[in-house]
Amino acid sequence: MNDTKTMPVSKGKRHPYVSPRSRLPIAVPKQRNRSGWQLTRWIGLSLFSFWLLVALFGPLFAPYPMGAFVSDQIYGGASTAHLLGTDYMGRDMLSRMLTGARYTVGLALVAALLSTLVGAGFGMLTVLLPRWLEESVRRIFDTLISIPSKMMALVMVSAFGTSIPLLILAAVLSYAPGSFRIAHSLAKNLATLEYVQVARTRGEGRLYIAAVEIFPNMIQPVLTDMGMRFVFIVLLLSGMSFLGLGVQPPVADLGSLVRENIGGLSQGALAVIAPALAIGSLTVGANLLIDSLSNSRDNQKE
Amino acid sequence: MRDSLFGLVLGRLASSLITLLLVSLVIFAITSLLPGDTAQQVLGQFATPEQVEALRAQLGLNQPPLLRYWQWLSGFATGDLGRSASNGVDVIQLVNDRLPNSLLLAAITTVISVPVALIMGIAAAMRRGGVLDRTLNLITLSMVAVPEFLVATLAVLIFAVQLGWLPALSYVSTVDSLGAFMKVYAMPVLTLCSVLIAQMARMTRAALIDQLDSAYVEMARLKGAPPMRRVLRHALPNAVGPIANAVALSLSYLLGGVIIVETIFNYPGIASLMVDAVSNRDLALVQACAMIFCGAYLLLVMLADLCAILSNPRLRNR
Repeated sequence: MNDTKTMPVSKGKRHPYVSPRSRLPIAVPKQRNRSGWQLTRWIGLSLFSFWLLVALFGPLFAPYPMGAFVSDQIYGGASTAHLLGTDYMGRDMLSRMLTGARYTVGLALVAALLSTLVGAGFGMLTVLLPRWLEESVRRIFDTLISIPSKMMALVMVSAFGTSIPLLILAAVLSYAPGSFRIAHSLAKNLATLEYVQVARTRGEGRLYIAAVEIFPNMIQPVLTDMGMRFVFIVLLLSGMSFLGLGVQPPVADLGSLVRENIGGLSQGALAVIAPALAIGSLTVGANLLIDSLSNSRDNQKE
Repeated sequence: MRDSLFGLVLGRLASSLITLLLVSLVIFAITSLLPGDTAQQVLGQFATPEQVEALRAQLGLNQPPLLRYWQWLSGFATGDLGRSASNGVDVIQLVNDRLPNSLLLAAITTVISVPVALIMGIAAAMRRGGVLDRTLNLITLSMVAVPEFLVATLAVLIFAVQLGWLPALSYVSTVDSLGAFMKVYAMPVLTLCSVLIAQMARMTRAALIDQLDSAYVEMARLKGAPPMRRVLRHALPNAVGPIANAVALSLSYLLGGVIIVETIFNYPGIASLMVDAVSNRDLALVQACAMIFCGAYLLLVMLADLCAILSNPRLRNR
């Protein structure tokens, strides 16, 4: 991106916080039909908030305990007693999914938050550190980013065995580097701006500059990036659970529910399809929401 | 000019090799950090400390870590990747058996997905903001975030369970005709393609639109060149580099997808080998597979990088 075409001054829109000389990456507002992306935003928002609510309150509404064997029928279809059927051991799928969703959403949220804290934190602070330290931190993150996330998780599980803290650690090691890259380049651009120079000349400390001058100006792109990482981490963790190397019984996330009921696939059992669709609707919803938010960010801030 | 290009390629190659070396260090460090090691695992928990010590010496586990790292790394040069702990077969032999299958799967997926994705991306870019573009945008945006096992389970459900056209599991050994070949590969390839095409089409569209927004296309429009000509003659040749970059980057998504797809369809490839190795905690095998995957990933990223640089003279002098 060169910066000649990134500054649309027409349509009476003021660009927030960016001087004309800035090299900050600014998206050109897309020539999109407004109602079009409004629709995707509403789809995304409703799907995502639905799963957030399920994760928060879902287990309260579970008709049966998660581990209870409540039916003689395995891979049962939908009925009034079991809205989403029964699983391979005759347990109620709806109850299991309500709890499973809590694990899927909760773990991914924690991991995404930690990745962003680690990545963006380092990305912001290294700008203010001496050159050699900045370079070495960058080298470490560049190495980590060259290991595909599933590889990282598989290698770590093979060495240490699987557990919830380990899965979160694997996700953070895989996704903090990307967050670091984005935050680092944002902070680097911000650090050259006049008001930061002024703060520096004023004799402010590094932490003050990072917290008061730089951080507030990069919070939005960093949050958008965290949303993307949330989607990736849901896919990573449910993929690991699907392989049987993620969350272990008796606890189950949505990925493990797909795995343990995969035997019912040949009968077209609801117990396989429901959790798989649940993960899909969560990630698709989150992705649509983030895309519409990041596309309209410039239009919104006025 | 030619010299500087050659130097550039060489430089990129060197930097990728250094990254691969660092990656191997990380992988080795993770897999050999454990206090309880392979020897303990092979012998089980009832082994006497002397037995464990003897096996440790035999396997070379009592040597300093750096020396072991060096021996492991030089093993890659000589083809000696150690022995699988679970069945005692040489790792290199297991890998040799499985790797061609995975490469074949990846090749078929690439051959199918690249043209489809390019057509979708170019069509969307040409009709930017139109119904086609918005529909494709919604579809690809959703497909990018869909887990592979959802596509796979739905495919099995539709094609194997409901319609009965295809077998639910892949067995490469049963392939004896073109029809059987297609039956075996249809669903794994379809699953891999769906996510890959979405990814690639989005990136292609973005690369082409970047060109369509530039001044020379505006000029062509003012000159009165029709839309088709503007895209195909003016923008597309200049977008080849970014598109190649996008294709190579998207192909690296294959590496993650193939792990799920090989497992769900029981496909005898290197990824399912690795998943089994992880379940059995067969560290020598895990290390070798992880290095192959990371190497392939770095290769694709490097190719993407080179495509971008070679196609844009301004980047050559960096």
